[in-house]
Amino acid sequence: MPTIVTGNCERCRFTDCVAVCPVACFHGDDQMLYIDNNVCIDCGACIPTCPVQAIYEEADLPGELRVWIAINAERAPNLPSITEKQEPLPGAEARKADLGF
Amino acid sequence: MSAGSEQHPLRVAIVGSGPSGFYAAEGLLKSGRMVRLDMFERLPAPFGLVRHGVAPDHPKLKEPIRIYDRIARVPEFRLLGNVTVGRDVSVEELRAAYHAVLFCCGAESDRRLGIPGEDLPGSHTATEFVGWYNAHPDYRDREFDLSQEVAVIIGQGNVAIDVCRILAKTVDELKHTDIAAHALECLAASRIREIHLIGRRGPAQAKFTTKEFRELGELADCDPVVDPADLELNTESLAELEDRAGSVAKKNLEVLKGFASRPARPTRRRVFLRFLLSPVELLDDGGGGGGGGRLEQVVLERNRLEGGPFRQTARATGERLTLACGLLFRSIGYKGVAIPGVPFDPRQGVFPSRDGRIVDEAGAVIPGLYAAGWIKRGPTGIIGTNRADSMATVNSLLADLPTLDTGPKLGAEGLAGLRPGQGPRVVSYADWLVIDGAEVQRGASKGKPREKFTRVAEMLRLLDRPFREKPTEP
Ligand SMILES: Cc1cc2nc3c(=O)[nH]c(=O)nc-3n(C[C@H](O)[C@H](O)[C@H](O)COP(=O)(O)OP(=O)(O)OC[C@H]3O[C@@H](n4cnc5c(N)ncnc54)[C@H](O)[C@@H]3O)c2cc1C
Ligand code: SF4
Ligand code: SF4
Repeated sequence: MPTIVTGNCERCRFTDCVAVCPVACFHGDDQMLYIDNNVCIDCGACIPTCPVQAIYEEADLPGELRVWIAINAERAPNLPSITEKQEPLPGAEARKADLGF
Repeated sequence: MSAGSEQHPLRVAIVGSGPSGFYAAEGLLKSGRMVRLDMFERLPAPFGLVRHGVAPDHPKLKEPIRIYDRIARVPEFRLLGNVTVGRDVSVEELRAAYHAVLFCCGAESDRRLGIPGEDLPGSHTATEFVGWYNAHPDYRDREFDLSQEVAVIIGQGNVAIDVCRILAKTVDELKHTDIAAHALECLAASRIREIHLIGRRGPAQAKFTTKEFRELGELADCDPVVDPADLELNTESLAELEDRAGSVAKKNLEVLKGFASRPARPTRRRVFLRFLLSPVELLDDGGGGGGGGRLEQVVLERNRLEGGPFRQTARATGERLTLACGLLFRSIGYKGVAIPGVPFDPRQGVFPSRDGRIVDEAGAVIPGLYAAGWIKRGPTGIIGTNRADSMATVNSLLADLPTLDTGPKLGAEGLAGLRPGQGPRVVSYADWLVIDGAEVQRGASKGKPREKFTRVAEMLRLLDRPFREKPTEP
């Protein structure tokens, strides 16, 4: 069952998640990260580390966020792998506050 | 000049080849410094609990081994398997031969319940059982009486659930995993019908992850049983569920409600999920704990919760009940094992440290000694948790470079205990790949991903060529 990054990650990219991924399956563009579910082992380590709760196990994905399953599947394999924690994007703190976290 | 240049590489000894050891190696190899890493592992087989802990029916969770394999093939990295630090080589020797020593040796012993009868025949630790079904050589010859009909597991973490699932599954559900052949054979004859998973606190405080828990409802010939009365929560627990920090508990509770409300199937086995109970004594067939007989009953005491949300603790009510059982596993946590020459905190079972730097009793940093993973944090967190943890320790080590002993170091070549003709047969990564290939080959005919070797001698026999040529007698 896939693990999915959803829209909350957009324009924020606090990369706490990648630091705990045991198999380096996060990929990113300049907006957000995606999980390559051909590699992800569904261990769930990343889920509680995300400060804006962007990551879900598929079973817990609310209906309106299910579009992200296809988006992760499509984009992750074609983007560079992100394996180290990075500086959050500028404005990330404000975005986090906007999202209510 | 500090170590880490082409002419003057930074030599680090990593003790332990589990996740924390390999992620520390990854961090050091990516540091941009010139490094030489020697990883010491007491077993001939690397990868720690990913090989010997993670359940055989969870093959996906062993995939991190692919990452470790990639690290192990880097020329700056060497595995020295079958070498026990503290016995075959001393910490003092390591300190002389390396700029830094990084302990990643896990938490290999168990916490005790501290109740009468704990050591009766029939009462075991989860570690023994897990090691046994995962082919850990230390536990090869343990025996578990699976002719019993009732098994009790004390504790409700993920390890407890693993033990429960392995006891609950049919042979068909296990035979294509990498479970040890001797374990599969015993489990095939198992007469267990009831498994009781005993938790000290309520369902809202249980420590398991929802996914592991859901799996208990998906077994071929075993149904979960929940007492609906256990699902009536106090106001503090309800408040916990409403809080963001209670999101896992909330999901767990939904799963439990699902278990409680679904129609029972006529399965051969059942798992009873039981809450607010603590064991107080194990009784043998003579009726007295600690007697000559074997385990017959566990005496449980009912608890109630006290304290505010997220601070609720279990308090005994004095009400007791007994449960007849012939087999018991305790899974209430792990402790590290001391190594001579390194400070040890016996209460927490860890090497005391600050930001990954090992400290002495007075809290002063001991230069050159570091810790990561379970021996640093205690036995919490999953495989990936160790990656961030090891990176943090590596960052401390790199920050300390200017202050570390900067003289040239010999690495493994400087260790007297490993000189040619002396000490253990050192297992290199190339040697391990020979053992690994043989395991995979043995498994293929049975439809298993591998058939693990269970004895050190069996593994060493495969390695024809000694690590270094022994001096030949004239
Ligand atoms: C039964 C069980 C099941 C688990 N299942 C999962 C799971 O499904 N998913 C998940 O993400 N996490 C799981 N975990 C947690 C995960 O295994 C740990 O987080 C992780 O292994 C800890 O890594 P570590 O490197 O600190 O210790 P370990 O993995 O224990 O590695 C320590 C290594 O050090 C070696 N060693 C010890 N002493 C010495 C010495 N003196 N000299 C040389 N070598 C030494 C040991 O042999 C061992 O190989 C499980 C844990 C257990 C106990
Ligand atoms: S931690 Fe959350 S917000 Fe940050 S990069 Fe990961 S998924 Fe995106
Ligand atoms: S679930 Fe595990 S493997 Fe998958 S992305 Fe998260 S941390 Fe990585």
